[in-house]
Amino acid sequence: MVDPIVVDLSRIQFAATAMYHFLFVPLTLGLSFVMAIMESVYVMTGRVVWRKATLFWGVLFGINFAMGVATGVVMEFQFGMNWSYYSHYVGDVFGAPLAMEGLMAFFLEATLVGLFFFGWDRLKPVAHLAVTWLVALGANFSALWILIANGWMQNPVGAAFNPDTMRMEVTDFMAVLFNPVAQAKFVHTVSAGYVCGAVFVLAVSAMFLLSGKHQELAKRSIVVAASFGLASALSVVVLGDESGYVATEHQKMKIAAMEAMYHTEPAPAALTLFAIPGSDGRPAFEVQFPWVLGLITTRSLDRDLPGITELTERAALRVVNGVEAYKALNALQANRNDGAARDTFNAAKADLGYALLLKKYRPDVENATGEEIAKAALDTVPDVWPLFWSFRIMVGAGFFFIAFFALWFWKASTHRIEKPRWLLWVAVAALPLPWIAIEAGWFIAEYGRQPWVVEGVLPTFYAASGLNFWDLVISLSFFMLLYTALLIVMVWLMVRTIKHGPSDKLNFDQSVEPVETATIAPAK
Amino acid sequence: MSTIPLDYETLRILWWALLGILLIGFAVMGGRDLGVGTLLPFVAKTDEERRVLINLVGPTWEGNQVWLILGGGAIFAAWPQLYAVSFSGFYIAMIAILLALIIRPVGFKFRGKVSDPRWRATWDAALFIGGFLPSLIFGVAVGNVFLGAPFQLDVTQRVTYTGNFFGLLTPFALLSGLVSLTMIVTQGATVIAGRTDGEIAERAREYGRWSALATIVLFVLGGVLALYVLEGYRLVGPPMTIAPSNPLGKEVVREVGAWGGNYGAMPWTMALPILAVFGSLVAWWALGARARLVALLGSSLAIFGIIATAGLSLFPFLLPSSIDPQSSLTVWDASSSQLTLFVMLCAAIVFLPIILIYTSWVFRVMRGPVTTASLNKNPNAY
Repeated sequence: MVDPIVVDLSRIQFAATAMYHFLFVPLTLGLSFVMAIMESVYVMTGRVVWRKATLFWGVLFGINFAMGVATGVVMEFQFGMNWSYYSHYVGDVFGAPLAMEGLMAFFLEATLVGLFFFGWDRLKPVAHLAVTWLVALGANFSALWILIANGWMQNPVGAAFNPDTMRMEVTDFMAVLFNPVAQAKFVHTVSAGYVCGAVFVLAVSAMFLLSGKHQELAKRSIVVAASFGLASALSVVVLGDESGYVATEHQKMKIAAMEAMYHTEPAPAALTLFAIPGSDGRPAFEVQFPWVLGLITTRSLDRDLPGITELTERAALRVVNGVEAYKALNALQANRNDGAARDTFNAAKADLGYALLLKKYRPDVENATGEEIAKAALDTVPDVWPLFWSFRIMVGAGFFFIAFFALWFWKASTHRIEKPRWLLWVAVAALPLPWIAIEAGWFIAEYGRQPWVVEGVLPTFYAASGLNFWDLVISLSFFMLLYTALLIVMVWLMVRTIKHGPSDKLNFDQSVEPVETATIAPAK
Repeated sequence: MSTIPLDYETLRILWWALLGILLIGFAVMGGRDLGVGTLLPFVAKTDEERRVLINLVGPTWEGNQVWLILGGGAIFAAWPQLYAVSFSGFYIAMIAILLALIIRPVGFKFRGKVSDPRWRATWDAALFIGGFLPSLIFGVAVGNVFLGAPFQLDVTQRVTYTGNFFGLLTPFALLSGLVSLTMIVTQGATVIAGRTDGEIAERAREYGRWSALATIVLFVLGGVLALYVLEGYRLVGPPMTIAPSNPLGKEVVREVGAWGGNYGAMPWTMALPILAVFGSLVAWWALGARARLVALLGSSLAIFGIIATAGLSLFPFLLPSSIDPQSSLTVWDASSSQLTLFVMLCAAIVFLPIILIYTSWVFRVMRGPVTTASLNKNPNAY
């Protein structure tokens, strides 16, 4: 077994590097579409201010994109580096969408992003516009494949354990692709990215208006951000990924934990607005909003949502069944042709992962005591209160964004952007909110999945690489120091770019005069 | 499973070839940018010269790096146990590569934003490290594959790795690292010489010619060592080419000369190492004769020859184990399932040509002179 401290450090490292990476991804997703919309208006109307706006937001996009690329490579490599048993165990399934991401999405995005920056004076306006749209599409396809991979970790469909290779293997690619959890997560996540981009554009534009600079560009940017933001804010809440939470047992556990719902609620379940934990950790006082939870999670008024206690009881049964699968697997390893063992294994293999939870308590899982089985079942309950509050932060922010963008959409439609000034300040103050909501959302998704790395299939502690303590100390401090330093530099550069405002060097129409030939000449 | 129209053996060989194509793709395309980064402090002395070099590769380096990202994804998808064992086993070396891959994108993007000389010197250093370090370490890693890595698999297929970072730095592995470094420096030099004039082009030719010669010497030396000194690995008995992927059911022996086995069995494959030497000679000659395109082609040919030689010498091994040869990962026992290999092969057949089409288009659009005037006009120029 891997040393528990190494598991904890590996988890902290993955969480930290993923959360850093996801500071940049949503802004890339959102800004790329804002730029594509602005450039479309430029191409259709020929008004230069729109190109100026596209270029200005493009400079900020570029700084952010570089950080996204820098932190993104780390994510792809870390599965093998820190989670080698995971990589072996589910690589047959999980590796495919990651490779598809490179093949179909990131290649497109990364190859064309250079043309976006350097192609302004080399491409016709329509061709450049096509490049901008393809960069935006590439970024979104990227998100699609990554969320198909992540969705599979939450709801591992279309795969089965193969005792000959000791790993999960794909049985049905279409099921992996059209995993309902993945689809819901995709829409929810990219919409959140669009909200992030829209808030960013609105906040920076509000800063311009407050300081009386670049008014024309700022007002136009606000019009785009308000309409794009309103549509996205509605989409992020209405198409929230809670719709995928009823798909599986542990997704239900996640809902129950998010709601601090210890017992099954008769349908339609109420949404807890807030609660105060009592001395036993359970809610002592709650304020509830009837029907809402049942509606957003089951999309119905008559389906029950099970509570933590009931789900734990079900988990205990699955651990017991999993032990049967584990015993049969041992018999199969001794004799691959043991037909009876193979039949037993196939009947119980869906619960094999639950038996692996027992590895925390003893290596010889087949001899587990009733007490250990009860402990393993209790392990399937994630920490309730961090999830409970993160969920409220995220949902609160989500509803705020709808009101916020509805107001700005109305202001933009009625040409009242500049007044009153305090609303511009509100827009500036809202700048950090999308990141807070997005990080809270990922925290719920990933921390809420614990103790599993792949739900019901592979416990997190069992998936880590057998590295030593100092490997982790070196890598974790390395990532944190380097990322933090780069983040500070990046924010500084962005502030500098914003203070400097849209550049006056951008007028390509004047580039027809003969340019002085410098050190680079064409290849012969 | 019977509905899959290609048999498991063919799929495994095709994915082995495809992995080679992706690695060669990265070394040829990404090697341009890594090579230019490595040469940056030597070829370009002034800020103006450095900007020229950086903007030479600036518009295309991001796409070129995706060959590596895709290579990583392909190893994960097609050879999951290879991905698991090598990435975790070479942990600190991977961290060093990641250091390079983190500071390179920001180096390109951040450098030009501030004109303070210390700021620019900092990012010049980042671009140099970002080019030099991976070029060296990737070669060291390949060297270690020839030597075998100290790992063992248990019955649950969990890997235990008993080596450490300094164990990777053996003389043969360092020699491989130098082969990789010189071949990539040659590639970078041909790119600079191909699209610049004046002093920087002269300096690039000088460095490129020396590194092309060094590539030949080091590559031949490495080949001699691999054939006549190193204990290679050999599969005993007929390979189980269509068995489920489980490395533990085979026998492997270590003997000097085993890495030459494939060349003995298929003498025509000697064309690969010959190509490596020939390509480097062409690059050496063309750099001197100022045949710009020929130099780039020669250098790319050398890269193809060198990587293909390494791959074929090792075949069917992907990563041998030095402490438990039975645990060695081979093409026949470390792949994904037949279904995954087939589906991903279809995806690669559809998308690789599309990638080549838009990549060529981007290179065509960005061809021709880059002038200081255009650099100064574009706020996105590096």
